[in-house]
Amino acid sequence: MIVMDETDISFFKDGLRLDGRRADELRPVKIEVGVLARADGSCYIEMGGNKVIAAVYGPREVHPRHLQEVTRAIVRYRYNMASFSVEERKRPGPDRRSYELSKVSREALEPVILTSFFPRSVIDVFVEVLQADAGTRTAGINAAAVALADAGIPMKSMISSCAAGKVADTIVLDPMKEEDNFGQADLPIAMTPSGEITLMQMDGGLTPEEFHQAVELAMKGARDIYELQRAALVKKYNQMTEPSQAEVHACD
Amino acid sequence: MDRKVVVPGDLLSEDAKRSGEGTFIRNGSVYSLLYGLANFRDKINVIPLAGKYVPGPGDNVIGVVKDITFSNWIVDISSPYDGLLHISEFPKRIESEEMSKYLHIGSSIMARVKDVDPTMKVELTLSDRKLGLIRAGRVVEISHTRVPRLIGKGGSMIGMLKKELNCAIFVGQNGRIWIQGGAEDTDLALKTISLIEKEAHTSGLTDRVVAYLKKEKGARS
Repeated sequence: MIVMDETDISFFKDGLRLDGRRADELRPVKIEVGVLARADGSCYIEMGGNKVIAAVYGPREVHPRHLQEVTRAIVRYRYNMASFSVEERKRPGPDRRSYELSKVSREALEPVILTSFFPRSVIDVFVEVLQADAGTRTAGINAAAVALADAGIPMKSMISSCAAGKVADTIVLDPMKEEDNFGQADLPIAMTPSGEITLMQMDGGLTPEEFHQAVELAMKGARDIYELQRAALVKKYNQMTEPSQAEVHACD
Repeated sequence: MDRKVVVPGDLLSEDAKRSGEGTFIRNGSVYSLLYGLANFRDKINVIPLAGKYVPGPGDNVIGVVKDITFSNWIVDISSPYDGLLHISEFPKRIESEEMSKYLHIGSSIMARVKDVDPTMKVELTLSDRKLGLIRAGRVVEISHTRVPRLIGKGGSMIGMLKKELNCAIFVGQNGRIWIQGGAEDTDLALKTISLIEKEAHTSGLTDRVVAYLKKEKGARS
């Protein structure tokens, strides 16, 4: 690995970023719905170099029983990084960081889920990061929202998530690994398509003006991601109806 | 009929009066709660593509006894909530000690949901002639979201199937279906049900099923 010195990195070349993106451009996104047969709902997402899979189980009976709520369903969210997801092997198992991300991600999704429809039950969301490239929490939330919809869980709206950052005194959308590691700030948000923010975190420093600019940019990114989530769900329905007819003919 | 694929949060109508199943109202407009198919009639209903069965009073269900307590059979009804069948809901008066003689662990039963309370305690009953222990026949499970399609409008689909297939069929709202008849008829019934499950959200399904049955029967004779 090349030893990088914080002082001699140039984040921009001819006005474009290290990977050739403009400052307000997302990395390529790929979403697949219903990839796991055993889960009630599932989704695989690629956002740039991030590869994340989300599985939803439930509503189902709560174990251990003492966590049960009499009037509503509880939501459990487990964010986990595979040991091979980062350059240096990550020690497997939960750690301080994954506990925190699980909590904030759960709180990002819970406000839209109609938990009162399923008293005394649990909705389990499992998010596995297979490959990390900055912004895994946003990728995880995006995948989890699609997986929840796929599982047929009633929600008031979808949730989309995106980050903005600051590198070389410029506000950029969806920072990648180099920008995240050596940049000046990182600001992930999650929101409904109508603009209600359910998650906001910040690492680094921004002036109030920069902060507003970054939030606006991240919200624009999240809206674009919403359109992709929607398109992926619609595509799954269309695929469900078409090949089935071919299958029936094959049975004859 | 006007139908559309929708995702949670999609705006369906500006008229709050048209809110039907699978929708909610915010600021006087109707939005979708589910990922599924929206049916635009007088009311707008969203039919989910997946999801768990939540029992409601009056539903017919097929369950499997999974435990026996002092005075209740605990019944798995393929739902997040177990069914409770009290000893007094058994058609015959029996003693607590003899419960496992009549319905033991693993017995399949056709039952009706008598009541569901707000904490989702599900009470079952067997007090109807068509309900009771399943002694013969076959049980298949489909997604409960496909059951309305299997029954059809006013029972049109299921009535046709019973007649054409010459089988006794009991459809549980929880997606379990009991079929009894001749071996060939039962096989054809199972194939037809899986066809209906696969093509549940296409239009003109009943006609296609009639044609399918005619062809299969023609091949047989």
